[in-house]
Amino acid sequence: MTTLDRTRYLRRRVTNAIILGVSLFTVAFALFFLAWILWTLFSNGLGHVTTKVFTQMTPPPGSSGGLLNAIAGSLYMVLMATLIGTPVGVLAGTYLAEFGRAGWLAPTTRFVNDILLSAPSIVIGLFVYEGVVHRMGHFSGWAGALALALIVLPVVVRTTENMLQLVPNSLREAAAALGAPQWKVVIMVSYRAARAGMLTGVLLAVARISGETAPLLFTALNNQFWSNDLNGPMASLAAIIFQFAMSPYEDWHHLAWAGALLITLFVLGLNILARSIFKKSEAGH
Amino acid sequence: MSDTPQTQPRNLQAIMDLVFRNTTKLFAFLVFGVLFGILITLLLASLPALKTFGFHFFTNDAWNPVTVEFGAMVPIYGTLVTSVIAMLIGIPVSFGIALFITELTPAWLKRPLGIAIELLAGIPSIIYGMWGLFVFAPWFADNLEPWINDHMGNWPLVGQFFQGPPMGIGMLTASFILAIMVIPFISSVMRDVFEVVPPMLKESAYGLGATTWEVVWNVVLPYTKVGVVGGVMLGLGRALGETMAVTFVIGNAHEFSTSLLMPGNTISSALANEFTEAVGDIYSSSLITLGMMLFVITFIVLALAKLLLIKLASKEGKQA
Repeated sequence: MTTLDRTRYLRRRVTNAIILGVSLFTVAFALFFLAWILWTLFSNGLGHVTTKVFTQMTPPPGSSGGLLNAIAGSLYMVLMATLIGTPVGVLAGTYLAEFGRAGWLAPTTRFVNDILLSAPSIVIGLFVYEGVVHRMGHFSGWAGALALALIVLPVVVRTTENMLQLVPNSLREAAAALGAPQWKVVIMVSYRAARAGMLTGVLLAVARISGETAPLLFTALNNQFWSNDLNGPMASLAAIIFQFAMSPYEDWHHLAWAGALLITLFVLGLNILARSIFKKSEAGH
Repeated sequence: MSDTPQTQPRNLQAIMDLVFRNTTKLFAFLVFGVLFGILITLLLASLPALKTFGFHFFTNDAWNPVTVEFGAMVPIYGTLVTSVIAMLIGIPVSFGIALFITELTPAWLKRPLGIAIELLAGIPSIIYGMWGLFVFAPWFADNLEPWINDHMGNWPLVGQFFQGPPMGIGMLTASFILAIMVIPFISSVMRDVFEVVPPMLKESAYGLGATTWEVVWNVVLPYTKVGVVGGVMLGLGRALGETMAVTFVIGNAHEFSTSLLMPGNTISSALANEFTEAVGDIYSSSLITLGMMLFVITFIVLALAKLLLIKLASKEGKQA
């Protein structure tokens, strides 16, 4: 080796080491922010998560209270959105995976669905405002649930399709050879083989809408009082957090932090649960 | 006829098949219809504003509810600038993460590390907003912004972008938080496309004595560039439409300002702040026009992302 070769070799080695060092730094950078955000939530929120949070209504500024109406409102709307979005998404996903081999509809829908998956949620809220709230003349929990359902829909379509495509064709052919009609093949064979993955999709969708605020601002609006009437404006944890955090009142801030901690734990917990269900089903195959 | 008992159920099954098949088809069509529903509804609702202001709406930087004069210039500028800066920070970091996880991480650590990064995507955007407003913005104002003022404010040409009072609230803070939010999306796509590179290609390069970095730069990246660009576009789509995190920290000012340290506005934050309080048809119609533009911009970006990713997938299919 000449000296020139040696210096070139050394330079390549050094470049490599520097870049790999930088890549280690980028990972640390991302993990640092994750830790910082979680630490902020725990240090500000944990002290304010008391039984009051779950048993009392949102208070006017200056008095004590909880988040019961907001938690209930979120649960109502997330439940309704999941009940509306899941069947529609499962059936549409079924078409894409099982029947959409030919024709223009399946590829186009697949494309459109992927765009809806990342569409700005505030635009969904605007759409439901124009389509429902404006026409009905008032904000309502149903409108909020519908907006959330439109966010559930593409997530469920995508996972249903992907999971059904993982089902081996030999299973379908075996069922068909036994004389089963196609609808029975899909429901009793494909769905059953793919159910863990499909459930994962629904859980991920629930996790995603639980923290959504933007689509609720113009649809369910907000409500300071207990309400289980989906026809009227409805509180949600996210909207209350937004209102309380932006306010100048100290005790509202405390409740906002408590709510923020709860919502994050719920969403991250669901994410991890969904992954572990999926992993278990993968291991079972 | 003797075979009636047999044909009867068979006919029934054929009908059930037809019903089931067409039901699923109907719902697939519904998904397709939602997109057009959104476009048409928003277009109709934005007509009053477009009729009043015409094309001038897109170039006007005024936003005055009292005199009923609206223009989209400031929010569009804010949306584009915050997203572009978020990308400038987010892309290299995501690339580093994808590189680290695919090339350097031992197998047992890959999954937990990947999940940890993806948890960043799971945190609701309102939490980023609260953290940004109460924790990050004050820290940014105390530590980073004075430094930016001192060291970057006197750069030729671009210096004016970095001059301004260190308030913590402003476009740069919003961009920074957006960057953190898009990192999990971009790095996860990059990781996925890096994994599809045939090991033989990489091993050949290693066999010739290439370093890890040379393998990534000369083999992995050229092979996956289409997918990487697709992932970047996907992240850009997210950044453009992000609402709550930005609304908390951007300051919601409709005045145009060249300094990135000053408060600004984005399309989504203007909507979140003003829509429920908008009085009058023209005001709310102007806001809906903003929303429609946001949808059209993200639609184009996401469609490009999708097309690029499909292109990569078909290339992979050909070689398999």
